[in-house]
Amino acid sequence: MAVKKIERKPLTLAEKSYLPQIASGLKITLKNIFRPTVTLQYPEERPEIPEGYRGVPTLVKDPNGREKCVSCQLCEFVCPPKAIRITPGELDEDSDNAHVEKEPQEFEINMLRCIYCGFCQEVCPEEAIWLQDTFSVSGYTREELVYKKDKLYELGGTLPDNHHKWDKKKAAEESGNPH
Amino acid sequence: MELIDIIWVIVKAVIVAVSLLSFSNLAVLAERKVSSWIQGRVGPNRTSIPILGAIPILGTGLTRMGLFQPVADGLKLLLKEDPVPAHVNKFYFFLAPVAAMIPAVTTVAVVPFGQMIEDGVAVPIVLADLDIGMLFIFAVSSLGVYGMILAGWASNSKYPFLGGIRSSAQMISYELSMGLSILPVFMWANAPGVESGLSLFSVVQNQQFVWGILFMPISALLFLVSIFAETNRLPFDMPESESELVAGFNTEYGSFKFGLFFAAEYAHIIVGSGVFAALFLGGLHPLPFNPMGWELQPSGLIGAIFSIGIFLAKTFFVVFFFIWIRWTLPRFRYDQVMKLGWTMMLPLAVVNLIVYAIIFAFIDMN
Repeated sequence: MAVKKIERKPLTLAEKSYLPQIASGLKITLKNIFRPTVTLQYPEERPEIPEGYRGVPTLVKDPNGREKCVSCQLCEFVCPPKAIRITPGELDEDSDNAHVEKEPQEFEINMLRCIYCGFCQEVCPEEAIWLQDTFSVSGYTREELVYKKDKLYELGGTLPDNHHKWDKKKAAEESGNPH
Repeated sequence: MELIDIIWVIVKAVIVAVSLLSFSNLAVLAERKVSSWIQGRVGPNRTSIPILGAIPILGTGLTRMGLFQPVADGLKLLLKEDPVPAHVNKFYFFLAPVAAMIPAVTTVAVVPFGQMIEDGVAVPIVLADLDIGMLFIFAVSSLGVYGMILAGWASNSKYPFLGGIRSSAQMISYELSMGLSILPVFMWANAPGVESGLSLFSVVQNQQFVWGILFMPISALLFLVSIFAETNRLPFDMPESESELVAGFNTEYGSFKFGLFFAAEYAHIIVGSGVFAALFLGGLHPLPFNPMGWELQPSGLIGAIFSIGIFLAKTFFVVFFFIWIRWTLPRFRYDQVMKLGWTMMLPLAVVNLIVYAIIFAFIDMN
C-alpha cells in the first residue's frame, strides 16, 4: 500500500504558546452568549409539531359534528398491544344520524399500552381515528390513563372530510336510489 | 485599644465576611447563568418567593434573573440529610470543610477594596493594611489545600484520595510560579526611597499612572494562570475532575459540609479575582492609562463608595472571566498540568523576574 507522507509545518512560537488559540476560543464562546437561546421554555412555549407526527391516537368528528367511527372494530383487532377496546352500539332510530350504520357505545384506548404504531389510523376505513400532535400523556392513576370516548373526541376535534360518505348515502336514499 | 475600637473592627470584619459569602452565593448563580448563556440555554429562572415574587415587574424580573435561586440552593444544602459514611475518619472528615472555608474567608482581610480621600490623603478601606499583605495571602490561601487533602484522606475511599493527592501536587507546582510572577510587581512598587513592603494598597497606589497588566503582561498572565490552578478552576480542576474522579475530594460529602466546600471554592475565586484586580487591573483606579496622574475620585464618602464600586466591577469581571474560560477550555490531562507548571510556567517566571530586575536596575541607575 502506498504511503503518503505529509509534511507538517513546525509550530510557530505563537501556536506553541497556545494563547492565540485560547483567544479565538474565548471569542467563540463570547459570541455564543449573545446568540438567542436554542431551548424552549417548555410549558409556556411548545415545540412545532411536524406534519405526519404520530402522537396520541384520537377520535375525530366530521364537519357535521357526527362521530366518524362506526365501531367496525378493525382497529381493535389490528392493535398490536391490544390497547383499544370498543363496545359497539346501535344508533337511536330517531336521531339525525340514523342512516349511519353504527356508533361505538364505548371506545377505550389504554395509553399505558399504546405504542403509537399508527396501525389503527392506517386500518380505519372511516378515517375516524388519527394520531395527532398530543405528545405528553400524564396522570395520577392507571384508570385515568385509559382514555374514554369523550376524552378521545376532546383530543381529536373535527377534521375536514373529503368524502361525505354518509351525506351521499342519505341523499341517494332520499332520491330513491339506495345502491 | 479601646473596647469600642475592638467592636468596630469586629463589625467591619463581619460585614466583609458576610458580603464575601453573599458574593460567593451570587457567583454560583453567575456561574449557572453564564454557563447557560454560553450553551444557548436560559438558566435558572423559575425559583420564586411567594409574596415578593408575585410583585409585577420587580418580583417577576428577579425571578427571571434567577436571583432567588441562591436562597433555594443554600436552603437545600442546609436542610438535606447530612450523611457520614461509616468508613471515614470522623475527626478529619469534619475538620476538612472547616479547614477549606477558613483560609478563603481570612485572605479577604488584606485586600484593599477602596480608598477614602480625607484632606488629600488616601486612606485604604481594608480590614488590615498589613505590610506583609501579599505574603499573608500566600501563607493563608495555600492552607486551603489542607482542606482538600484532609477531605481526600479522611474519606478513606479511592477517588477522594486521588483528588487530594492531585490537589497537593498541583498546589506545590503552581505556588512557585505564582510567587515568582508577582515579585516584579513589588519591585516596581518598592522603588528606592519608597518603603511599601508587600502591602497590597501600595501596589494599588503605584498603578495610578498605568495598570500593572499593561506594564507587565507576562507577570499578569502567569499570575492569572496560577490563580486558576490555585482555585482549582477549569482547565485546572484536577482535584474535582467530575468525569474522572466522580467528584474528587468531596465525593463522600453531602449537605452542609459539601456546602462549605462549595462556598469556600467560590470565596476563593472571588478573593483571587480581587487580588488580581488589585495587583494588575489597577484596583480602584478607573483609568488603565493615566500618565498625568489625574485624581478622578471625589473626596469623602461618595468617593469611597465610587472606589469600592470600581474595585468590585473589576473583581466581577475577573470572576466572569473565570466562568468564561471554564466553557472555553477543556480540562488538561494531569501530566500536562504538571508539565505546564514545571517546564513552562516556572522558567518563564524566573526569566520574567530577571528581565524586570535588570530593567528596574537600569531605571534606578538613571
